[in-house]
Amino acid sequence: MGGMAPYDSVFSIIGPIMVGPSSSHTAGAARLGGLARALLGGTPVEAELDLHGSFAETGAGHGTDRALVAGLLGFSSGDDRLKDAFEHAREAGIVWKFGTVNLGPDVHPCSVRFVLRAADGEALEMVGSSLGGGAVRITSIQGYDVDISGDYPTLVTVHEDRPGLVQEVSALLSRYAVNIAFMRVARHHRGAHAFMTLEADHDLPPELVTATRAIPGMVSARALPRLA
Amino acid sequence: MNKTYRFDTMADLVALAEAEDISLGEVALRHEVALGQLDRDEVLAAMRTRWATMKQSMEVGLAAPQKTMGGLSHGAGQMMAGHRPVLSDAIATGVMARALAVNECSAAMRRIVAAPTAGSSGILPASLWGAQQRLGCEDEAVVMALLAAAALGMVMANRATISGAQGGCMAEVGVSAAMAAGAMAEMAGAPPDVAVHAMALALKNTLGLVCDPIGGYVEVPCIKRNAIFAIHATTAAEMALAGIRSFVPADQVIAAMKEIGDAMPKKLKETSQGGLATTLIGLEVMARRPRVDHVQG
Repeated sequence: MGGMAPYDSVFSIIGPIMVGPSSSHTAGAARLGGLARALLGGTPVEAELDLHGSFAETGAGHGTDRALVAGLLGFSSGDDRLKDAFEHAREAGIVWKFGTVNLGPDVHPCSVRFVLRAADGEALEMVGSSLGGGAVRITSIQGYDVDISGDYPTLVTVHEDRPGLVQEVSALLSRYAVNIAFMRVARHHRGAHAFMTLEADHDLPPELVTATRAIPGMVSARALPRLA
Repeated sequence: MNKTYRFDTMADLVALAEAEDISLGEVALRHEVALGQLDRDEVLAAMRTRWATMKQSMEVGLAAPQKTMGGLSHGAGQMMAGHRPVLSDAIATGVMARALAVNECSAAMRRIVAAPTAGSSGILPASLWGAQQRLGCEDEAVVMALLAAAALGMVMANRATISGAQGGCMAEVGVSAAMAAGAMAEMAGAPPDVAVHAMALALKNTLGLVCDPIGGYVEVPCIKRNAIFAIHATTAAEMALAGIRSFVPADQVIAAMKEIGDAMPKKLKETSQGGLATTLIGLEVMARRPRVDHVQG
């Protein structure tokens, strides 16, 4: 969310309506799980969750573990089922494993790395942080640095690094009258796949996502909804 | 006229309110509408829903003792509500009881409204309930007070932090009490600059407050601290209404808070590696707590 204050809405301070005990360790964790689920494109069958910093130290007492799994199930931070997320996850056939990790001194103390696999073989590695009061940031997807808040509908693409492709995506958005709030393009090295995140002011219609996938050179395109 | 009603500092916020002779709550409302997602009625309705949820969490917590995750607190809200005031009055003990009740609900994984966080979620509803009892005002006035509280909280969140893991308890309970103090002062009729002095007085006197929860549970000292700092917020608001001003301007208090939070050792920032968490009794609780890396399914 380049240049924007992370707490721009009154409801980022008075809210979320959530299940306790901690906005950062419970509500934020559920929201990060929800974002990971959306990026994967559904419920994972395997989930490895590595907790960093304060998440690792006090996560169990804060229900961080249950909240992360609740998010993977698509439960919101205010959902009463959050408390029994493990039972629901077992029923949904998720095999999960928690670990601890040190992601480095500059990483926010409330952070988690998800390594997920879906039934269709889709794999996702995502790192996210819970900033306080329920606000979150995705900081890395598949090893690419990103900065996604979930406050805006977001389009995430992986594509061939060729001239004109980014313009084609932005032309599509303009055709569907979707205004771009923030945009970020990254790649590991010249010639490698490029990675783009695009936060929009308006909801992303499914047809727009389908049309984005049809652009020559597009490897994948995924839409993240605005977080509740 | 600033059409976005954007404010980065407390000085900006007061200037916006004074320029159009409107309240802090009204500035927050116009700012939210300017974000372009909700219209005025929708913002008010969404805030009304939050006040309704806050009231519900106060009632739930007072109706029955809540089973908290760590089992370190049980029925404190009820105990307080059943107590006949000796040194204060029934509204003051009612505020204490409600702050305890909401935070016990939160620790029991019941539904609450983060304000600004779950660990500090008892202070604002209890404080505003108390102010409503004393002032005899309608729920609509409380909704505007919540908007005022949000405006104050946004500045503190953006200029410092509302994460206990980054700034200790002053970032949660401190900010919450400061929001409540400013909001109550405005509810009682204080002009914007006086409400901001109330906020500054409350925040200033929480500087350095560490986050050292026993066993990593948001229970000790968190739950009782909500009751104590709800009264702290009332003190700050009452002092501002009496004409007492914060010697240090609000924005400079927030800058000090940021500096103190950055300097605070990690073991006192929600890691449960120091302070109350590593007292003899704290270590006993720690020894029997579950560890995340042992959870598997």
